[in-house]
Amino acid sequence: MKTLIIVEHDHVQLMPSIAHLVYAAKNIGYPIALLVIGSNCQSVAKSAAVIDNVSEVICADASVYEHQLPENSALLIQALSHDYSHILVASSTFGKNLMPRVAALLSVDQISDVIAIQNESIFKRPIYAGNAIATIKSHAQIKVMTVRSTAFESVAMSGHQAPIVTCDIVHDNNLSRFIKAENAASDRPELTAARVVVSGGRGLANADNFQLLYQLADKLNAAVGASRAAVDAGFVPNDMQVGQTGKIVAPDLYIAVGISGAIQHLAGMKDSKVIVAINKDADAPIFKIADYGLSQDLFEVLPELIAKL
Amino acid sequence: MKALVTVKRVIDYNVKVRIKPDGSDVDLTHVKMAMNPFCEIAIEEAVRLKEKGVISEIIVVSIGAQVVQEQLRAALAMGADRGILIQTDQTLGSFSTAKILKTVVESENPNLIIMGKQSIDSDNNQTGQMLAALLGWGQGTFASELTVHADTISVTREVDGGLSTVELNLPALVTVDLRLNTPRYVSVPNIMKAKRKTIDITALETLNLSLVENNEILSVESPPTRQAGIQVKTVDELLDKLKNEAKVLS
Ligand SMILES: Cc1cc2nc3c(=O)[nH]c(=O)nc-3n(C[C@H](O)[C@H](O)[C@H](O)COP(=O)(O)OP(=O)(O)OC[C@H]3O[C@@H](n4cnc5c(N)ncnc54)[C@H](O)[C@@H]3O)c2cc1C
Ligand SMILES: Nc1ncnc2c1ncn2[C@@H]1O[C@H](COP(=O)(O)O)[C@@H](O)[C@H]1O
Repeated sequence: MKTLIIVEHDHVQLMPSIAHLVYAAKNIGYPIALLVIGSNCQSVAKSAAVIDNVSEVICADASVYEHQLPENSALLIQALSHDYSHILVASSTFGKNLMPRVAALLSVDQISDVIAIQNESIFKRPIYAGNAIATIKSHAQIKVMTVRSTAFESVAMSGHQAPIVTCDIVHDNNLSRFIKAENAASDRPELTAARVVVSGGRGLANADNFQLLYQLADKLNAAVGASRAAVDAGFVPNDMQVGQTGKIVAPDLYIAVGISGAIQHLAGMKDSKVIVAINKDADAPIFKIADYGLSQDLFEVLPELIAKL
Repeated sequence: MKALVTVKRVIDYNVKVRIKPDGSDVDLTHVKMAMNPFCEIAIEEAVRLKEKGVISEIIVVSIGAQVVQEQLRAALAMGADRGILIQTDQTLGSFSTAKILKTVVESENPNLIIMGKQSIDSDNNQTGQMLAALLGWGQGTFASELTVHADTISVTREVDGGLSTVELNLPALVTVDLRLNTPRYVSVPNIMKAKRKTIDITALETLNLSLVENNEILSVESPPTRQAGIQVKTVDELLDKLKNEAKVLS
């Protein structure tokens, strides 16, 4: 019995979620192997090998894996699967795209977005936009799951050295091709890993006004998020959306500005430690879950807040 | 070109679910139900492709109880040509759903399958990827833009880092995200027209599939509730609380 975790990376860096996934996998109780899939990904495999509690790193390095497309990655994982009782990946868009394909090839259901691991077969996961938490017992031979990294602490990367083994299995992909990526470059911390998040909604009224949020974020070394309404209106790009269908965040401090607090938005941020809401409507639902509410015009509050920090 | 679109009947997205007092499941009695919002976007996209002359026929499929015909009718009123109901009262997981859909694909031979990326009840986000795997097709998940070419389709996908575009050989499967389009309001004449469109009903048992559910729900509970906190009056008071009470600012 062994656990396999699929490593998410961009060929330069590991996504920080991996240390949380290893922490989560410790609750299963079996040795933990990591799988790095990519092209020229040896250096990523080396940085994965220093993560505490990892017993080995498997590196599948081939040019066909350059864009980590799910069609052939899933076949690769299927080919490796008989050594494992559990296969995990983060519930990022990378993991959500790939893992159900693996589950289907192995003829099992996936357990999506796991937030607690009770033992090797009992897991908790949110359903109905997080308005209910289900406890699931998996009867599958092999447990295939995506894991919400913000629900788990992380292990250290303290220079422990796990062995790196090479995997030569190559599956071509003649079904799909990568064309291009448009990544929003940002110097700010990554949303799902930031200690402080400031988010803006429709109340910001236009894209220019988001400058106020960026200034606030810079004072707090925060990541910037948004509601779906702000993304749909074109104020900010899609990768900033927080919520049921966007990113799930759980920072120490979440500041919601001009956001009403629809259940789909709350699904993405209500596990934050401290929530602040700034909204001129005193009846906005966001105040029902905020630790500190300030019911005033954001265009007066933000400049003052920025000046006083 | 023929398109197959899947629709699921789920709780209306505005409704907050209640949990049964015995904690066995959520309580859906007398709850407003509707088409899964992502499936509505899937239908809308198919109808737009038909209006552009890219697609010639749209078949809409749902698996569920007899009442699911309401959602199939809604899809027909939006512009789908005919419906298929695989009727069952069983609650099915995503893998079983994908296996059932595979049999429909094998008899209808569509070139394109469009599905929602996620059901808002189970929040599973699996069925499309699973069906693509079972069929051995390419997948374009979380689509915010589609362009159909002669033998391929380009899919722009919403991903954590921004956008990513892939090209898939046809036949292919796409799952749609919220920004792909805004579904139309259905007109009364179209609702009337939809009444004359056909819905083929097949009982699930007659497909002779062996379906195994491997995720058993042991219990369902409410998430820890957050207490509303306090209202502060000024920015100074807010900063004082964050520094000295919550200790999240230094
Ligand atoms: C299937 C589905 C999935 C969804 N997924 C998501 C998701 O992942 N994330 C998400 O966020 N939403 C999601 N939504 C949308 C969600 O239902 C809401 O529509 C959305 O969150 C509203 O965004 P908002 O709060 O910015 O806008 P609004 O609800 O319009 O609220 C704007 C707020 O700004 C306040 N305001 C206006 N001007 C000022 C001012 N000058 N000063 C202070 N306050 C001001 C107003 O009082 C109001 O409360 C989803 C919806 C569906 C159907
Ligand atoms: N019972 C069903 N009938 C038809 N389509 C379904 C059914 N269940 C899931 N789907 C489709 O699969 C998509 C993803 O669902 P899920 O994997 O459950 O999140 C949905 O948006 C639907 O398009």
